[in-house]
Amino acid sequence: MTEQTLTPTLNLEERFGDWVTPDTRKGYEGYLVAPEHLIDCAAALRDEFGYDYLASLTAVDYLPDGKMEVVYHVSQSTGGAPLVFKVQVPREDPVTVPSLVSVYPGAEFQEREAWDLMGIRFEGHPDLRRILMWEGFEGHPLRKDWKEAYYEEDTKPFKSRWPAGQVHRVEDTLPFGKNVKYPQGFDPEKWTPVEEEALYASLKRVPADEDLPTEQLIVNLGPQHPSTHGVFRMAVTLDGETIVDLKPVMGYLHRNHEKIGERNTYLMNIPFTDRLDYLSSLSNNFGYVLAVEKLMGIKPPERAEYIRVIMAELTRIQNHLFAIGMFLNDLGAFFTPSLYAIEERELILDTFEAVTGSRMMCNYMRFGGVARDFPPGQLERVRDLAFNRLPAIVDEFDAYLTNNEIVRARCEGVGVLTPEQAIAYSTCGPVLRASGVPYDLRRADPYSIYDRFDFDVAVRYHGDVYDRYLVRMDEIRQSIRILQQAVEQIPEGPVIEGKQQYQVRVPAGEAYGRVEGPKGELGFYVVSNGKPNPWRYHVRAPSFINLTALAEMCKGNKIADAVIILGSIDIVLGETDR
Amino acid sequence: MYGKGIVKGLLVTLKRFFETYTDDIKHGKARYYTEEGVAYRSSPETRGLFTVQYPEEKLITPEEFRFIPFLVYDEKDDGEQAIRCTSCGICAKVCPPQCIWIERTSDPKTKRPVPEPKNFYIDVDICMNCGLCAEYCPFDAIKMDHDYELAVYDRHVNNIYDKEKLLKPASYYADIRPLNYTQEEKARAEAAAAKAAKAAARAARQKKQ
Repeated sequence: MTEQTLTPTLNLEERFGDWVTPDTRKGYEGYLVAPEHLIDCAAALRDEFGYDYLASLTAVDYLPDGKMEVVYHVSQSTGGAPLVFKVQVPREDPVTVPSLVSVYPGAEFQEREAWDLMGIRFEGHPDLRRILMWEGFEGHPLRKDWKEAYYEEDTKPFKSRWPAGQVHRVEDTLPFGKNVKYPQGFDPEKWTPVEEEALYASLKRVPADEDLPTEQLIVNLGPQHPSTHGVFRMAVTLDGETIVDLKPVMGYLHRNHEKIGERNTYLMNIPFTDRLDYLSSLSNNFGYVLAVEKLMGIKPPERAEYIRVIMAELTRIQNHLFAIGMFLNDLGAFFTPSLYAIEERELILDTFEAVTGSRMMCNYMRFGGVARDFPPGQLERVRDLAFNRLPAIVDEFDAYLTNNEIVRARCEGVGVLTPEQAIAYSTCGPVLRASGVPYDLRRADPYSIYDRFDFDVAVRYHGDVYDRYLVRMDEIRQSIRILQQAVEQIPEGPVIEGKQQYQVRVPAGEAYGRVEGPKGELGFYVVSNGKPNPWRYHVRAPSFINLTALAEMCKGNKIADAVIILGSIDIVLGETDR
Repeated sequence: MYGKGIVKGLLVTLKRFFETYTDDIKHGKARYYTEEGVAYRSSPETRGLFTVQYPEEKLITPEEFRFIPFLVYDEKDDGEQAIRCTSCGICAKVCPPQCIWIERTSDPKTKRPVPEPKNFYIDVDICMNCGLCAEYCPFDAIKMDHDYELAVYDRHVNNIYDKEKLLKPASYYADIRPLNYTQEEKARAEAAAAKAAKAAARAARQKKQ
């Protein structure tokens, strides 16, 4: 067979004519699509060019230009760099853009988020409700003219801190009860939540059966429920014990991370990214610094690249260990497996603490390198872990759990997601790979120095809960392989170039940096206008987007299995709710 | 055979159970309530129980561990405190949650700013322990502490640290971060020597002219 490219060379203008125009703004890439042709264009990109995976969907408020922009990043599930296209609409209410849910079902939650935070109406969206804020909330918090409670200034650093810093508490200037802005005529005492009705109304009902009258049952799992690993809620309609429909409800931990990020300077955002997926803060650092480095056009020195890879892989191992342990908790194996996992995780966290200064909130990577080199003895400790301790532990876990008949009986064939669905719903990470799609950004679109290492993309083909567990086990093994190579190859040298500035210069433009985090594709979309603070800072959170497929996985399963299906996605609410 | 997997798994649990005893016997009393014991239990060689009995035992804090900043002063021979801070404000500008407040004063006679800050506050309720202030301070004047036991009864009264509470001697800093301290002292000595050499060269040049 002769070698041929899978997709035609990309010349969108030739194919689409005046539907698209190249984005010629300085530092920008991709195409601008006319809103009326958006759906046709996206469908053609998916069907003709193979861009079948919607990686990220977000909106930018260009207040000075009077425009709103919706930014789409699409990828091919066979790999390669993402393609960017955008839709611009005037910034006059109502801002409307056609919904892409019909082309990419994975857009569902992301469009709801853009509506909630940016106030963009997506026409044709099946269930356009707020997703992170509550239904009575006034305004769209990510718009540039929206101001939060405790608002002080548009950008940090605040002028009141220096040189005449008179300390005060924000609680004193904005006492409790007066720090929330309500819509006109809104009385929280008398308000009945319309949101609840809308939520229940959006759930599918059990079809009426003439012969056997069954009772419709709506069950809420959460927000306070031990299985949800935080404050997360699933509203479920049941037919007997079988799930008919399910809607996740989230946002209980929402803190408008992206708004905070836009108030912050570039450097200040690094410790804030730790708080996203707090189990794997180093991966979050990694994604963010990659995005900003793309904008700045710098590369870290060799040693720093290796340190980053070592830390990211250690993060993956400890995250997966923890995920497996907690997943066994959900299965009912109360805490013995999870404590075994936590013990190993503890050893890795000790290394994090010695290197970065903190066990979980690492704040370790910087633009153009890492904050500091390994202290004496730590590289040897990592080597010891990678060659001796961890491989034995994975084997022990394997013997302990993998062939356990109870685990298999509970997990096999439960929560199945087909490869087509997994791609369509934009799932990522172990969820996608357990469905037989070997899509791992370390291979599909290599970043940093991952192209130098010898490892396999873990993939399983049944798409059920058991395979998601197995994929995580495989990934731990592959991460250990990468670690072993990295600690052997790591060169001497500086870990960061030049003297570090507390105020970095970032040229105007946009960048989308993405890494394969432990939970999947973790992307950071950063727009700079040349000022010390990012104009737009968006996090493509894998836990959040993986939840889009939760309903699909749960339908037809028993209510008791919803708990383990959620556990098998491995969400962290800090990232889901942002 | 059905159930083989469960039996195999239970053998792992059983192995772990016995390991707690064999490890205790092997290491004897030194395994608990001693610093070596705690170090052993958090090393990759450890087997058996790994729990650290806080507060009787404490994990060994590594040098880089960071928790709440403090201000460094040098002790002069006459017992006076020479505060390193020059109120340049970089820490306040780099602080992500903006919890540092610095008041700078001017000399009433010369009207020029006095280097030493009049007031220096850190709201430790807001501090996120990121360590950026210590990392970007050009004078090694603010450093991250190791003391994490900060519980108080009333946070409103106690948790805004002022200059008095933040100041700690350089000897304390040398004590908690010996490697960093010697490295910085070396760099400072080199810088001072370079400066002195430059001044001497300039003086020599002036003499010639």
